[in-house]
Amino acid sequence: MADTVVGANPDPHVTGDDPDRRDFIHIAAGVAALGLVGGLAWPFIDQMNPAGDTLALASIEFDLSKVEPGQQVVVKWRGKPLFVRNRTPKEIQEAIQGDHADLRDPATDESRHKPGKANWLVLVGTCTHLGCVPTFGGGEYGGWFCPCHGSVYDTSGRIRKGPAPKNLEVPTYAFLSDTKVKIG
Amino acid sequence: MSGHSTYEPKTGFERWLDTRLPIIRFASDTIVSFPTPKNLNYWWTFGGILALMLGIQIVSGIILAMHYVPHVDHAFDSVQRIKRDVNFGWLIQGMHANGASMFFLAVYVHMFRNLYYGSYKAPREVLWILGCVIYLLMIGTAFFGYVLPWGQMSFHGAVVITNLIGAIPLVGPAITTWLWGGFAVDNPTLNRFFSLHYLLPFMIAGVVGLHIWALHVPGNNNPTGVNVSSPDDTVPFHPYYTVKDGFAISVFLILYATFVFYLPDALGDAANYIQANPLVTPAHIVPEWYLLPFYAILRAVPNKLMGVILMFGAIATLFVLPWLDTSKVRSMRYRPTIRLYFFLFALDCIILGFCGAHAPDDMVIPGVAGLQLGDANLNSFVWLSRIAALYYFVYFWVINPLMGLTETPLPVPQSISAPVLSHPATTPTGAVASPEKRG
Amino acid sequence: MLRKAFAFAALGLALMAGPALSATTEAEPRDVHWSFEGPLGKFDKAQLQRGYKVYREVCSACHAMNQMYFRNLGQKGGPFYDEKYKNPNDNPYVKSLAKDIQIKDIDQDTGDAITRPGGTADRFPAPFPNEPAARASNGGALPPDLSVIAKAREGGTAYLYSILTGFHAPPAGMTVPPGKYYNPYMPGDMSSFWKGPKDKVPVGGFIAMPPPLAPGKVTFDDGSPSTVAQQAKDVSAFLAWAAEPKMEERKQFGLGAMIYLLGFSILLWFSYKRIWRNVAH
Repeated sequence: MADTVVGANPDPHVTGDDPDRRDFIHIAAGVAALGLVGGLAWPFIDQMNPAGDTLALASIEFDLSKVEPGQQVVVKWRGKPLFVRNRTPKEIQEAIQGDHADLRDPATDESRHKPGKANWLVLVGTCTHLGCVPTFGGGEYGGWFCPCHGSVYDTSGRIRKGPAPKNLEVPTYAFLSDTKVKIG
Repeated sequence: MSGHSTYEPKTGFERWLDTRLPIIRFASDTIVSFPTPKNLNYWWTFGGILALMLGIQIVSGIILAMHYVPHVDHAFDSVQRIKRDVNFGWLIQGMHANGASMFFLAVYVHMFRNLYYGSYKAPREVLWILGCVIYLLMIGTAFFGYVLPWGQMSFHGAVVITNLIGAIPLVGPAITTWLWGGFAVDNPTLNRFFSLHYLLPFMIAGVVGLHIWALHVPGNNNPTGVNVSSPDDTVPFHPYYTVKDGFAISVFLILYATFVFYLPDALGDAANYIQANPLVTPAHIVPEWYLLPFYAILRAVPNKLMGVILMFGAIATLFVLPWLDTSKVRSMRYRPTIRLYFFLFALDCIILGFCGAHAPDDMVIPGVAGLQLGDANLNSFVWLSRIAALYYFVYFWVINPLMGLTETPLPVPQSISAPVLSHPATTPTGAVASPEKRG
Repeated sequence: MLRKAFAFAALGLALMAGPALSATTEAEPRDVHWSFEGPLGKFDKAQLQRGYKVYREVCSACHAMNQMYFRNLGQKGGPFYDEKYKNPNDNPYVKSLAKDIQIKDIDQDTGDAITRPGGTADRFPAPFPNEPAARASNGGALPPDLSVIAKAREGGTAYLYSILTGFHAPPAGMTVPPGKYYNPYMPGDMSSFWKGPKDKVPVGGFIAMPPPLAPGKVTFDDGSPSTVAQQAKDVSAFLAWAAEPKMEERKQFGLGAMIYLLGFSILLWFSYKRIWRNVAH
C-alpha cells in the first residue's frame, strides 16, 4: 500500500493521467460486475422451467374398447384432460361437411384423425381461449361447448363460434393396435 | 443519514422527487457521499461482504422454497430432487448451504475486527448491540434451516437443541412441547421451522437497516480508533470504498465458489445424507462448525441447566461488552498488553470449536493417558473445553474491566492523518507492530 | 478442523451387532484412484456401465435406490448417455434397460395390482415393499438405500470399495454372532467379542451383509475381468455417480466461474489502485 506518500491529494480527478486509460479499467470492472450478475441470473430464472422429472412424464396407453360409439372418455394426461371420442358416422359426416365452412382456424377433418380411424378423435380437452374444459356434446355443432365464455367446437374439435382462437389441440399419439393408443 | 446532505438534484425529475420522497438523496448520502475514514483496512470490507451474503441467502432461499416440500415424508426427497432434477438446482442448493457457512465466517471476522479495534465503544454501543441482535437472529435462522433437509443430523440436532429449553425450571417442558407442536420433533415441527426459517432473514434485513443507520450517525471507527477530526481524514464512500469493498467481495467470492463447486460437502456432515430416522441416533451429534464453540461451552458443564445458562451467557456477555471495557483507548493498536489477551481469546474460540467437534471423553493428545487428577482425565476434551470456556468468560468479565484501569497505552495519534503522514514525532510504535493490517 | 471423524451413519450402526458403544474403531479406507477425483475429474462411462450391471445383477436384490429413475441412466454424464438423444427419455438403450425390469403398478381400469415393463420415467423398483419386509428378509437388518450412499458414509467411495473388498475370516479369538460378518472397514467396537489381549482388540465391526461379490459373478459386456476388486471398484464408481449425477456439470461450471472471478478480481484490483493512487492511507 502507498502508506508513505506525503502530501496526498484526495481527489483523483485533478491529476494528469491519460483519462481514456483511466476510465477503461473502471468501465471494464463495471461491465465484469454486470456480467457476473447476468451470468447468475440465468440459473435463477431457468430453475422455474420444468424439471427433469416433470419432463419425463410418462406417455400413457389407453384401451379404446371401453368407449362406446357416440361417447367420449376423459383421461388425465400431463395434468390436463384428454378427450377420447368415438364418433358416430353422422358426426363424422357433419365434420367433413364442416371442411367447407368459413373456419377461423382452417383444418380438414381428415387431418385431425389417424388415417382409416375416422371414428377416433383424440384431443387435448382445454379450450384454446383461456383453458376451461369444454362440455361434451354441447353447442349447435354437436361437438363441445365451453361453459366459461361460450366457445363452440364442432365434431372435429374445430372452433366455430365464440372467443377461442384455435381448434382443440391434437396431441401426439399412435395406434399400438386396433384397440390401443399410446398418447405422448 | 446524519449531518447535512451534499446531494444536489440535477434534473427536473430529481428535484420533483426530492421534495416528495427524497430516496435518491437518501441513497446518495448513504452509499455515495458518506464521509468514510481514509485509513480503513481490509478487515473493514466484511460489512459489505455480509450485506452481499444476506442478499445471496435470501434470493437463493426464496428459490429453494419454490421446490422444497416441508413434510417429513417428502422433505429429504425434495432436496434430492432439487439437486438432481431442478434446472441448476444443484448450484442454488450448493450456494445456499455453503452460503450459510460463508455468512458465519464473514460475521466472525467482522466481530473480531470489532473487538480488536474497539468499535463497540462509545458512541457506537447501539451499533454493536444491533450487530449482536443480527448475530442471534442468524443463529436462529441457521438452526431452523439446518432442520429442513430432514437428514439424520437435521433431525437429531433439532431434538438436542429443542431439549435444551426443557432445562428451564417449571415451564421448560411445556415450552418444548409447544415448540414441537407434539411430543417429539415431527411434522408440525418441520412445518413451523420452515415458516420461521423464511421469516427470520427478513427480520435480519430489517435490523441490518437499523445497524447501518446506527453506523451512519457516528460514522465508521477506524484502525487508529481516534475520531475523525477534519475533512482531510475522510474520503467519500463512492468510489473509494465501493471499489475497495468490491475487490474484497470478489476475492471472498473465490473462496465461496471453491466450496460451492469443488468442496460442496466438506462443511457438511455425511450423516445428513441419511433420511431422518427418529429411532436411531447418529454416533456423534455435532452442530455445524460455526456453532461448535457454544456447543463446547454447553457440554463443559455437567449440569444441564448450568450448561444452558453458560451457553446463552456466552452470547449475552457480548451485549454488555461496551460497559465491561473500561479503557479510554479504542484501538488495540495502542494497547499492547490486552492485545496479547485478545489473540489468546481468538485462539481460545478456535480451541472451543475443536472441543465441540470431539467427543467429550476423547483424548486431546492421543496416546498420553497420564494426566489423571483424581477422577478427572485432564487430557480429555471435556477438560480442555472447561479451561477454554473459563477463559472465554474471564476475558470479557475480568481482563477487559481490569486492563482498562491498569494498562499503560501507547501514545495515540492526534488524528487519523497524523500516523499515515509519517510524522516522526507522532508515529506510534503500535502502528509499526501491525503494518500488515494496513490497507 | 471441520472434519468430523465420528459422523458415522446411523444405518451403519443399525447393521452392527450389540449396543452402540462409544469406542468405535475401523480401518482407514483403502486408497483407490478414481477418474472423477480432482477439480477436472470425470466419470469413466465404461466403468459406470459395468457398475450399473453389478448393481442391477447383485445389489438390487436387497438394496433400493429410491432417488434413481431409469431416465437418469441416459442423461448427460450418465452411463448410457448418447449424443443423439439429448432427451434421455428417447434413448432406445435406456428404454430397453427399463423395459427389462418389471414395475408394480395399478391397472387404471380395474384397480388391480399388476406388473408391467418399466419406462424411462419409472424409479428403480425397490426390492422390498416396506421397511419391515426388508428387515424380515435380512435377519432384522435394513439394507440401506444406495441412492446417496457414497455421500452418506464418511470416506465415501473409498469406504464403499473397502467394505466390498474387505471381508475376510475373523481373527482367532473373535466370536462372530450368527448372521453377522466381520469387516475391518466397518465402524464398530469389537472389545466385547474379543477374547485376546485387551490392548489388541481388532479394528472394525460386524456387518449383516454377507460378502456380496464373487469372481465371475457378473459378466462384463466389455470383456473386463470379473474379479471382486473390479466389480467393487465399478459399482463404487456407479454409486458415486448416482449420489451426484450433476457432478461433472458442477465442476465444469465451477471452472468457468473461478476463471471469471479471478479476472474480475484482477480488474477490480487495478481499478482500486487507480482510484486510491493519490490518497495516503
